[in-house]
Amino acid sequence: MATQVPFDPKRRGALKCLAFGAAGTLFTLSAGILTPFDLAMAKGDDKDRPAQTGIPLFLQISDTHIGFNKEANPDVVGTLTKTIALVNAMPKKPALVIHTGDITHLSRPAEFDTAAQLMSQLNVTELHTTPGEHDVVDASVTEYFSRYGKPSKDKGYYSFDHQGVHFISLINVLNFKPNGLANLGQEQLEWLEKDLRGRSASTPIVVFAHMPLWTIYAPWGWGTQDSDQAMSYLARFGSVTVLNGHIHQIVQKVEGNITFHTARSTAYPQPNAGVGPGPGPLKVPSDDLPKMLGVSNVTLKRHPDALSLTDTTLA
Amino acid sequence: MKTNAILVVPVLLAVSLGARSETPAATATAAAVASATTTAATTAAADATTISIREFMFAPTAMTVPVGTTVHWKNLDGEPHTVRSVDATFASNALDQNDSFAFKFDKPGTYRYVCSIHPQMVGTIVVKAAN
Repeated sequence: MATQVPFDPKRRGALKCLAFGAAGTLFTLSAGILTPFDLAMAKGDDKDRPAQTGIPLFLQISDTHIGFNKEANPDVVGTLTKTIALVNAMPKKPALVIHTGDITHLSRPAEFDTAAQLMSQLNVTELHTTPGEHDVVDASVTEYFSRYGKPSKDKGYYSFDHQGVHFISLINVLNFKPNGLANLGQEQLEWLEKDLRGRSASTPIVVFAHMPLWTIYAPWGWGTQDSDQAMSYLARFGSVTVLNGHIHQIVQKVEGNITFHTARSTAYPQPNAGVGPGPGPLKVPSDDLPKMLGVSNVTLKRHPDALSLTDTTLA
Repeated sequence: MKTNAILVVPVLLAVSLGARSETPAATATAAAVASATTTAATTAAADATTISIREFMFAPTAMTVPVGTTVHWKNLDGEPHTVRSVDATFASNALDQNDSFAFKFDKPGTYRYVCSIHPQMVGTIVVKAAN
């Protein structure tokens, strides 16, 4: 079912609906081109599930917000538990899970402990994380790093390789400037440039960070002020997938060989950009909530190396 | 702390009147907060140095206080916020709905602060030296 056409009008229309959380999306990235499918197709016959034809690569889980208890979702533990059950029931599970941040709501130790206990039930071998701003709101910024700081030596950014794909975890939720966007900072950018130097342009790259690495809506801080510099280092690669969380809804774009995609939350939806006073929890009828929560699944296709991305909701 | 706050009331009233004339929106919010406070008599002093956090805004956005004042922030949003000075003089933990944070300003100066969850939320405290 994979097609080489990234955005035919029908699918663009479907994607627009998806931004409102009505369903899920399934993407196939072929030779650097991302193609969205709607979830009805993804949930249909197996022959219509391109993600199932590749090598399971990783799952993206995001914005679990353990500790949130307001009316938009009084049971975030329950929805994360459902998400984990959904993942564990997948016929072809990847070895990796990447959590793109906001593991907790308030960076409290008990929240981190609950999240760790829940995520330990994921039937996968490796968990990678990048913090969201909600994970670093303890005044000393130690709770996250004491638990998840090891791979990055407490810097928050690191890279690793898996199945021939180069993964880069970036951190963009520290040191916000007034009225600013997220930022990576010079030290991290220099590290990124060095990390990519000498790598073959045919290596598929997956970059993940919590806040969007492109500007979706500046008035709400939905962007990263120095992301252009990071993208300039990535531009020469044939297949780059940039995954973010933060905005609790799917928004995506393709620029050259770089595909940008934000994931749903497992906790609660947020409004579309600019709707209402700010990016707070969006209260929806409880029947609709599962349709607005979910995970993303990325598989690898060989010859040529390409990535497929599926979004699945709890509904 | 309470004693301190009461002592600074006369100065504060003058200062905050000045600030309010510049920011009518902040006046409305501050007034709403004051009227919503049922124990006005006992909390009047605190209100003069309380910044409410509501709808992703600090209100009032700018406040001028004499040195030695303890400023309080109270989050009224369902979304958590933080209060972090740009120069790291003060930093709150995450403030969930109805949580408060207080900081006593012992040194004159201009303190810009931001919510570390929502960088579009900014505020300023100007601390004046005692005359």
